[in-house]
Amino acid sequence: MTTTPIRGLGHPVKRKEDPRFIRGKGTYVDDIKLPGMLYLDIVRSPYAHARIKRIDPSKALAMPGVVDVITGAELEKAGLAWMPTLMSDRQMVLPTERVVYYAQEVAAVVATDRYTAADAVLAVEVEYEPLTPVLDPFKALEPGAPLVRPDREQKTNHIWHWEAGDKEKTDRIFQEAEVVVSQDLYIPRIHVCSIETCGCVVNYDRATDKLTIWMTSQAPHAHRTVFSLVSGIPEHKIRIISPDIGGGFGGKVPVYPGYVIATYAALKLGKPIKWIEDRSENLQADSFARDYHIHAELAATRDGKIRAMRVHTVADHGAFDAAANPSKFPAGLFSVCTGSYDMEAAHVAVDGVYTNKPPGGVAYRCSFRVTEAVHTIERMVDVLADELGMDPAEIRFKNFIRPEQFPYKSPTGWEYDSGNYPATLQKALDAIGYQELRREQAERRARGELMGIGISTFTEIVGAGPSHTFDILGIKMFDSAEIRVHPTGSAIVRIGVQTQGQGHETTFAQIVAEELGLPVENILVEHGDTDTAPYGLGTYASRSTPVAGAATAVAARKIREKARLIAAHLLEVSPDDLEWHDYAFRVKGSPDRFKTMQEIAFAAYTNFPQGLEGGLEAVCYYDPPNMTFPFGAYVCVVDIDRGTGLVKVREFLAVDDCGTIINPMIVEGQIHGGLTMGMAPALLEEIVYDDNGTILTGTFMDYLLPTAVETPHWKTDKTVTPSPHHPLGAKGVGESPTIGAPPAIVNAVVDALSHLGVRHIDIPITPAKLYQLLAEKGVAE
Amino acid sequence: MIPAPFSYRRAASIEEAIALLQQYGGDAKILSGGQSLIPMMKFRLAEPAVIVDINGVPGLDTIEEHNGLLAIGGLVRETTLERSPLIRQQYPIIADTAEVIADPLVRNLATVGGNLAHGDPANDHPATMLALRAEVVARGPSGERVIPIDEFFVDTFTTALAPDEILTEIRVPAPPPHCGGAYMKFERKVGDYAVAAAAAFLALDEAGKIARAGIGLTNVYHKPLRAEAAERALLGQAPSDELFRAAAELAAQAADPTSDLRGPAEYKRAVARTMTLRALQKALSRARAA
Ligand SMILES: Cc1cc2nc3c(=O)[nH]c(=O)nc-3n(C[C@H](O)[C@H](O)[C@H](O)COP(=O)(O)OP(=O)(O)OC[C@H]3O[C@@H](n4cnc5c(N)ncnc54)[C@H](O)[C@@H]3O)c2cc1C
Repeated sequence: MTTTPIRGLGHPVKRKEDPRFIRGKGTYVDDIKLPGMLYLDIVRSPYAHARIKRIDPSKALAMPGVVDVITGAELEKAGLAWMPTLMSDRQMVLPTERVVYYAQEVAAVVATDRYTAADAVLAVEVEYEPLTPVLDPFKALEPGAPLVRPDREQKTNHIWHWEAGDKEKTDRIFQEAEVVVSQDLYIPRIHVCSIETCGCVVNYDRATDKLTIWMTSQAPHAHRTVFSLVSGIPEHKIRIISPDIGGGFGGKVPVYPGYVIATYAALKLGKPIKWIEDRSENLQADSFARDYHIHAELAATRDGKIRAMRVHTVADHGAFDAAANPSKFPAGLFSVCTGSYDMEAAHVAVDGVYTNKPPGGVAYRCSFRVTEAVHTIERMVDVLADELGMDPAEIRFKNFIRPEQFPYKSPTGWEYDSGNYPATLQKALDAIGYQELRREQAERRARGELMGIGISTFTEIVGAGPSHTFDILGIKMFDSAEIRVHPTGSAIVRIGVQTQGQGHETTFAQIVAEELGLPVENILVEHGDTDTAPYGLGTYASRSTPVAGAATAVAARKIREKARLIAAHLLEVSPDDLEWHDYAFRVKGSPDRFKTMQEIAFAAYTNFPQGLEGGLEAVCYYDPPNMTFPFGAYVCVVDIDRGTGLVKVREFLAVDDCGTIINPMIVEGQIHGGLTMGMAPALLEEIVYDDNGTILTGTFMDYLLPTAVETPHWKTDKTVTPSPHHPLGAKGVGESPTIGAPPAIVNAVVDALSHLGVRHIDIPITPAKLYQLLAEKGVAE
Repeated sequence: MIPAPFSYRRAASIEEAIALLQQYGGDAKILSGGQSLIPMMKFRLAEPAVIVDINGVPGLDTIEEHNGLLAIGGLVRETTLERSPLIRQQYPIIADTAEVIADPLVRNLATVGGNLAHGDPANDHPATMLALRAEVVARGPSGERVIPIDEFFVDTFTTALAPDEILTEIRVPAPPPHCGGAYMKFERKVGDYAVAAAAAFLALDEAGKIARAGIGLTNVYHKPLRAEAAERALLGQAPSDELFRAAAELAAQAADPTSDLRGPAEYKRAVARTMTLRALQKALSRARAA
């Protein structure tokens, strides 16, 4: 037996990637420096909507060090003024006639250094004729509203209508229902704000005809395919390398105009080009998230049993539908909005609308609009509880899908794989002392103090996805792993997904360690280079563990099956006489006769049986049979300062269930980060525009990213309900907390004010907004 | 995020710095901590042709008590103020203020001189210095002059300093017996400028009545604001919750904030009232403990 511990599933293995990050030795795109490299910077629009009358680059071109100024007119000649989005829309790379949002790319400057490029951007003269911007999606739908996209055949700002569920049945239940509650909810536009902004370095090697792009990409393979289709360059002549990525959160799934312009410039000028956004550009022009105007209704019995849900949403997609949802899901997986509750029917409709704002609708740590879905249902359940005078915990217990109902077919067509909602909520309530908190709340209320308790019992949907339903631009959403065991018993694993902080290099090594019985430190995980990694759709929507994690386990099991044959040969027994136990193949009945994977690996190259191929490697392209459905119960306790309107999160407990846990330390880290990213839009973050469509929150001075000071102390716990269809029983976890946290916080704040007749508050619940409400209710100090 | 081209001069003495300012006139800017100047340059809101760095000028970074005065050098960093035992024990209102400015990274560089000289009504030291009735010492081509704090702040980003004058020292009267001060700031998140903030300074007489009162407000007016009516209402009175509430209300009425992302004007006024009240309460408890 090997003496080095295996440390497979369930071990809090320290992250293999951290030593390089902690020492500042990571390699991000901006660390790539090539000889003769030129720098690209972008001229951006000061108007949200304007006609471009003239672009005069002559002053910029006259500056020493300026190499080129690229405009839309030039790109048009190359057929590159527009590019396809992942949602079958098209997006301007550089405009030829008009700009449609503030900070939109207008022209690009290439110079010998970054500073000259920045000065030259200001020297490019652009003459605009301002047009009336359309900012409110409801106004955009009115007849006669200015058109955001006159380039389209359809002369309307309406993009698409999408629906799910049974409308007739739902309407019927609403007609006969004893109780109906309805509520408007707005989930504002926010931004992912990765610490690393977007950018690329493009190098075109004329000798080999090869285009290499280092790019901040969450999905390098998909991006390579898009680049090949758009440019006509054969796919094997394009190599996309996604090096260390400083956070993605969905914002690095779309292709941005800067990537295309930089690639064009590299091909045209024959020099390597670097383009790196600065913070303001990232915040002002890159794809945003959320921006859902939701009208939701619940039908219920008088004793609190939910019967049906009806939702209509107006989705503001900005000037281009540049979301990154699976093709058949323009509103992402929003239809999972019936949540953790069993009901007879539901109907969900979403209308996508163009406005003069930056494009997007990216899945910011939300598993494709599940944040919006969970916010809707978790708020609505509280609204209903308030209507009926029920306790929010009680109404949840009453409506939960029961453990024995799994696999559960939801009224909008999803099949939930597994869950035990009552147990998880009960665990959370017991741990936080729910009844005691309710007593304390009553006492404080009597003294005029405002304290609230909020619950969120969410269900996530992750692991896109099964090929019958999920594709992006036609490419099925499988994912892949390739494992090669070396003669001395170490291994390399290459995966089709791309880490941006999730810890793939550690967790995927643990999966292989567990399946093959090799110590985790002897397993190297590589990803992000399209020339070496197997094809995959990338990391977002918590899909890595459910899809690529499964691929890794299955590939490892293929290796194990071959290893069984080699072990049988070495032990001179029949393969059927062997069993895999305690990380070795052992002869049934005499477990002391065994071969470890290390011994088998050596034999695979030195002493393999006749008729068997040498070597020890396997590939798996895993097509998941279903999505996985992580869930959790979060409880939040808040105190409200009546003198300022500040919400103080006193306590927050997150009980998560993500099935089998691969690395508990990494899971806890993901939950801490996710909770913080859930708290932020609930209390702080919002992208705000003025009446002209100029962004008012274009820097971190006004776009309020939380720091450690604003972050409450998170308490975490877990239940474990494995997925029945995942090879390891694992689900995803990265986005559960971002999804589950906001309604827990809002529910707590509303709960603090429920005795004053407050039933809903839109996020972010800023002190200014809350103070105004306190003043209206006569309780401001 | 890249400033316009500029040239950089590092002065080795105060005389050299003044000479450079005279030489370049309006094109030159003094660099202290750079924590206001450099962001403005990066956004190209300021495009000085010449930066005159005074960080090499000796003698501007000391904190001393003499002749009944506390003298803080213009180049004293916020971190130094925050950690100085003298400041923490004798002038806790100044430590309160330094502690809530920006974040530790900014405070390691930002100076108290720069904080006042910038003339930004959103900066925190001005209100405290108004409450403390400090004086500002300026050096220019014709020597040194002392400017009472009430005359120092002229308008947004405008102070009584001439373009060729350098703020060298801030003088604060030594604390009388039974006095206490406090600074209370409400911000949207750490590192933010105040929604509203209040500095309160109280000295009690032997009978426990208020013998001296100073109240300064941050970010609720076009310049740092001294709430004089509120101060007058306190003088000669025995401290009470009612009295403080009345004074806080007067302070809020003096405020004339503008609506922006930090909130509507009415809200800022309310926060100014809450902060004034809380600063007065804390100042009183410190005065009674003194
Ligand atoms: C992210 C961030 C957050 C911040 N938050 C706060 C906050 O909450 N509260 C707060 O009070 N401040 C805040 N600041 C501002 C910070 O405290 C500034 O550093 C301070 O206002 C100016 O001090 P400085 O030494 O950096 O001055 P500099 O930036 O070097 O100079 C500022 C201006 O004053 C002039 N000047 C500097 N020194 C002198 C002198 N001795 N004589 C004459 N003129 C001089 C300069 O020419 C320049 O015009 C923040 C800054 C940042 C970057």
